[in-house]
Amino acid sequence: MTRDIARQFRFTNKAFWRNPASAFFTFIFPLLFLVIFTSLLGNGTTTLPGTASTIKLSTYYVFSMAAFGLISACYTNIAISVVFAREGGVLKRVRGTPLPAPAYLTARVLHATFVGFLLVAITVLFGRLVYQAHLPGTTDALLFILTLLVGAGCFAAIGLAVSGIVPNEDAGPPIVNAIILPLLFLSGIFIASENPPTWVNVIGRIFPVKHLVDAMRASYLGAPFHWSDILVMAVWLVGAVIVASRTFKWEPSR
Amino acid sequence: MAERVIEIDGLRKSYGDLEAVRGVDISVDRGEVFALLGPNGAGKTTITEILEGYRQRSAGTVRVLGHDPAKGEHALKQRIGIVLQSTGVDPFLTVRETVEMYGGYYPAPRPTDEVIDVVGLSEKRDERVRRLSGGQQRRLDVAIALAGDPELLFLDEPTTGFDPSARRNAWEMVKNLVTLGKTVWLTTHFMDEAQYLADRVAVIANGEIVAEGPPASIAGRDQMQTTIRFRPAQGAPAPPQLGQVPDGDGVLRLSTDQPTRAAHELTGWALDNGVELDVFEVTRPSLEDVYLELTGGEEGTS
Repeated sequence: MTRDIARQFRFTNKAFWRNPASAFFTFIFPLLFLVIFTSLLGNGTTTLPGTASTIKLSTYYVFSMAAFGLISACYTNIAISVVFAREGGVLKRVRGTPLPAPAYLTARVLHATFVGFLLVAITVLFGRLVYQAHLPGTTDALLFILTLLVGAGCFAAIGLAVSGIVPNEDAGPPIVNAIILPLLFLSGIFIASENPPTWVNVIGRIFPVKHLVDAMRASYLGAPFHWSDILVMAVWLVGAVIVASRTFKWEPSR
Repeated sequence: MAERVIEIDGLRKSYGDLEAVRGVDISVDRGEVFALLGPNGAGKTTITEILEGYRQRSAGTVRVLGHDPAKGEHALKQRIGIVLQSTGVDPFLTVRETVEMYGGYYPAPRPTDEVIDVVGLSEKRDERVRRLSGGQQRRLDVAIALAGDPELLFLDEPTTGFDPSARRNAWEMVKNLVTLGKTVWLTTHFMDEAQYLADRVAVIANGEIVAEGPPASIAGRDQMQTTIRFRPAQGAPAPPQLGQVPDGDGVLRLSTDQPTRAAHELTGWALDNGVELDVFEVTRPSLEDVYLELTGGEEGTS
């Protein structure tokens, strides 16, 4: 099983980097957005959510874009590529071989996690070098990695669950983006709003995006860490796995 | 005694009110090439996908290499190779990588390069899959199915969309598999394909087997009347009466149970009278004739 997963990971990785569209959209977007947002809005300061500390807006965006990168790699990329593999008949073919289905899916999720981690590392490094992302406290590396792991699992599971409700490859990108884009806006990924209306706060508390970025910031910047962030993501992870196990399809729709 | 590789008894499959397979019995022995022949929509793919484990049957029993394919057992999947009617592979991997990846799923894969040679893709081994032509992708499908060195191979319309020379190559490839001792389950709507490849053919129409047997004698084909077509040169005297009827363009056609005698009488008459027969054909009913009769004249190609 471990050997199956390792081999599948290797081939998934090869194919990923050779696909210019997936490599570009997953990798370039977060960095591009980071440069755009910090250029336009990055000169001010903002309060670190949940604390009294003040941080530079550029620091705020470094973590927003790192979270955005992790979500792109795990949720968006998995949902869309799984739909393409299904509609192209790749999943059906795999289903007819002795490769255990969990090994195939685990390899995909692990690869997405790997890409997500790479993106977070690049974004944070870029933020450090270019924007001197300010650190009020000391980084808790273990908590930061735990946050990324739970976040990656949570969004990958949601991606698998969403792939099951996408009827065909044409509907893939619109549905997948229609679900995540409003959430990214309402969770303060693109716009740092100090006093959002109550309903926006409520949405941020229910869905996992804001919990991910808050936990990333808190652990990295050494601010008070809320275990509730991890808990909410874990609940979403379990829920998404249950939904995915019912909606996931191996055969093309036509 | 030959070992049963596939055993189907009273197989039925319904989709809602539609009964796609209505009580089918088939058995295939080790080393045989078995062809399921029938028009589109007759139930070929439904039966094949039940054997492969993709579909659940509605009734009947099915055994493939001693397993019930509906259970999706690992032990069975390790021993079969599947070429589906249409499937994809990752377009960004090369031919070699693709065959190597799929071979890796099996306990004792065949060497990657050997598999690529068998399907004739040696020159394309380092090409990415997306740059292959349709026929080459189909050959890759077969290569993937062979990668795990299966005992039993399912080929669902393997040559649909091939040009004539690609089909010939594919046929030679299947013949080679037989010499390796593989059992082959083939579906096709090409008569010549079934004729050339199969040891045994079953014709399916509307979910039922309407005839089964070796291609040369299926449905009494070997006992059917032989057709003789001939055309005496212009100005020849009237030929002996053997029951011939005009067949257009001055050609006469007759059907007979005694082709040797009829041919002898005709050629004897021609020699005696110094007449040249500028058309002289003796034909047995083709598999296609039998097939069209059995399937109610439905179109045999698509």
